[in-house]
Amino acid sequence: MRSRRLDGGSRSAGAGFAGAEAGKRRVVVAIGNGYRRDDGAGLAVAARLRGRVPSGVELVECEQEPSRLIDACDGAAAALVVDAVASGAPPGTLHRFDASSDPVPARLFRSSTHAFGVGEAIELARVLGRLPARVIVYGIEGAAFGAGEGLTEPVATAVERAADAVLADICNPEGDLAHA
Amino acid sequence: MGERRTIRTDYLARVEGEGAMTVRLQDGRVEHVELRIFEPPRFFEALLRGRAFAEAPDITARICGICPVAYQTSAVNALEDVCGVEVSEPIRLLRRLLYCGEWIESHALHVYMLHAPDFLGYQGAVELARDAPQAVERGLALKKTGNRLMAVVGGREIHPINVRVGGFYRAPSRGELRALVEPLERAREAALETVRWTAGFEFPERSVECTLVALSDPDGYAIERGRIRSDSGLDIAPADYDEFFVEEHVERSTALHSHLRDGGTYLCGPLARFSINYDQLSDAALDAAREAGLEAPCRDPFRSIVVRSVELVYACDEALRLIAAYEEPDVPAVQVDPVAGTGFGVSEAPRGLLYHRYRVDAEGTILDAKIVPPTSQNQRAIEDDLHDVVSRHVQLDDDALRGLCEQTIRNYDPCISCATHFLDLKVERG
Repeated sequence: MRSRRLDGGSRSAGAGFAGAEAGKRRVVVAIGNGYRRDDGAGLAVAARLRGRVPSGVELVECEQEPSRLIDACDGAAAALVVDAVASGAPPGTLHRFDASSDPVPARLFRSSTHAFGVGEAIELARVLGRLPARVIVYGIEGAAFGAGEGLTEPVATAVERAADAVLADICNPEGDLAHA
Repeated sequence: MGERRTIRTDYLARVEGEGAMTVRLQDGRVEHVELRIFEPPRFFEALLRGRAFAEAPDITARICGICPVAYQTSAVNALEDVCGVEVSEPIRLLRRLLYCGEWIESHALHVYMLHAPDFLGYQGAVELARDAPQAVERGLALKKTGNRLMAVVGGREIHPINVRVGGFYRAPSRGELRALVEPLERAREAALETVRWTAGFEFPERSVECTLVALSDPDGYAIERGRIRSDSGLDIAPADYDEFFVEEHVERSTALHSHLRDGGTYLCGPLARFSINYDQLSDAALDAAREAGLEAPCRDPFRSIVVRSVELVYACDEALRLIAAYEEPDVPAVQVDPVAGTGFGVSEAPRGLLYHRYRVDAEGTILDAKIVPPTSQNQRAIEDDLHDVVSRHVQLDDDALRGLCEQTIRNYDPCISCATHFLDLKVERG
C-alpha cells in the first residue's frame, strides 16, 4: 500500500493513470454527499473537473452509495476515485493511494455516510476480477460530516488542489506518475 | 458486583452509514440498551421551510442515497394532497414502476452485500465473494437492473431528476421500457434463485411481539400509496398518522422515538408488509415464499432476508407487468396549482413506512415539514429486540455477543444514513 500526503511534499513515482493502455476507457469516480458538509468534497472535485477532463475520460458522480463504483469501473483500464476521508490527519490533507494491487485502508473512509465503503467496493471488484488494472484513490481529509451544506474552509481549499492533482494524473502521460 | 467489562467497536459495519449502540449489563442482567441516532430529516425539515413546494421532491431525494424514490414519492403524495390533486392512473403506475427499481436495488444491496455474510459466517461481502463469487455477482446484477430501471424512468439512477409534483417531467417511451424486459426477466430468475439461496440459511428461532404496521391498498401489494394498517386492526388514512403515532424526544438521542399513541411498540418494513399483504403478492412470489417455508404473519427478524428476497421476485414481476401494460400518458404531469393547507403523504420505502407532512401557503411556499423515516419508527422495536437477544445470550463472550447484536440490528436493514451517524457498539458489563 503506497500512501502519500501530497500537500507540500514532492510527488514520488506511483502507478500512473495517464499511462493506462491507450484506447481503453478511463474513468474518474467522485463519491460524496453534498448534504453532509465535507462528505461532499468528492462531488466538489467533480464540479471543478467538469469540462476539463480530456475526451476518453468519463467523469462519474456517485452520491452516497459506492458499490455503484464497481459498475462505473467496469471495462475501464484505469479508474481514479475521489472521496472524503477521516483518518485523524489535519482537515484538508490530501491523501493519494495506489490501489492497483493493494487495498486502501477501509477504515480511513469510515466517516463517509456510505452504505458500503469505498474500500470494500474496490476490494469486491478486485476479488471478482473486475477492478481496472490501475486504480488511484484520492482521499480528502474532512472536518465536519454532520448534516448541512458547504465545505469547511480547509476542505474547500483542498478540493482545488485535488482537482489539479487529478488532472495532472489524467493529462500528463510524460509525468513521473506515468512511470510506475 | 462482578467484574466490569466494556466491549466497543468503532462502528457497526455493513449498516448503511454509522451509528452508536450501548448495552449495559449488571450482574448478568441487561440494564440498558441504547441505539443512538442522528437524524438528517431534522436538517431537511428546516431546509424545506421557505422553499417552493415544487422543490420538495428534489430536496428530499437527497436525504438518502439508497431510497431517493421513497422520499420523492412520499413528498409528491403529500403535496398533491395539499393541493387537492389526484394524478392520472398511468402516472401513478409509472411511479410504481420507478419504485420497483428502487426496491430491487435496495433489497439486492442489503441481501447480498450486507446481510447474507452474517448467515454464512463471513465478515462481509468481500470475504463472501472469495468463496462464492457467483452469488455476489448475482446480487450485483440484480442491483444493476434496479439501477437501470431507475435511470430509465427517473432520469438518473440516483437522485432521480424526472419526478415532479403532479407526475414526471418526461414519460418514457414504450420502446425505452421494452428494452428493460429482458434484463428484468433475468433479474426475476436471479430473484427466485435468491429466495432458494436465503431459505437455505440457518435461522435461530426468534419472534418479535410488537404491532406490525404497513400500507395496504386494495389494488395491489402496497408500495407507492395506501392506507396505514396494522395486524391488530388499525386502518387509517395517511392524514390520521399523527393521531395514532407519536414521536417523542428521548433525552439521550437527537432522534425522536416513535410509538403508538397507546404506548405500544410497532414495526414497519418487509416483515409487516408480508404479514399484512402477502395474499397480494404475484403467483411466483407466493410460490417462492411457500417453498421457502415462509408463513404469514412472519415475526422473525432473521427471516427478513427471505422476505426481502420474496419481495425482489415481486418487484421484478410487478415491473414486468407494468411495462407490458404501459401506455404513455397523454401528459407526463398534471397541473398542480398551490393551495394553502396541510397535506399528508406515505409510501413503502424498502425499509418501511415513510411519512411526510407539509403545510404550504397560497403561493406554494412550504411553511412547515415533517418527515418520519422507517428507521426512526423502528428504533424502539430494534432496541426491544436487542434487549431480548442480549438477555438470552448473556453467557456469550464479548465478541460473540457483539456479533449477535450487529446481526440483530442488520436484520432491520436500518437506513443509518437517514437515521444514524457513527454507530459505536459498546457493551458494558458490571
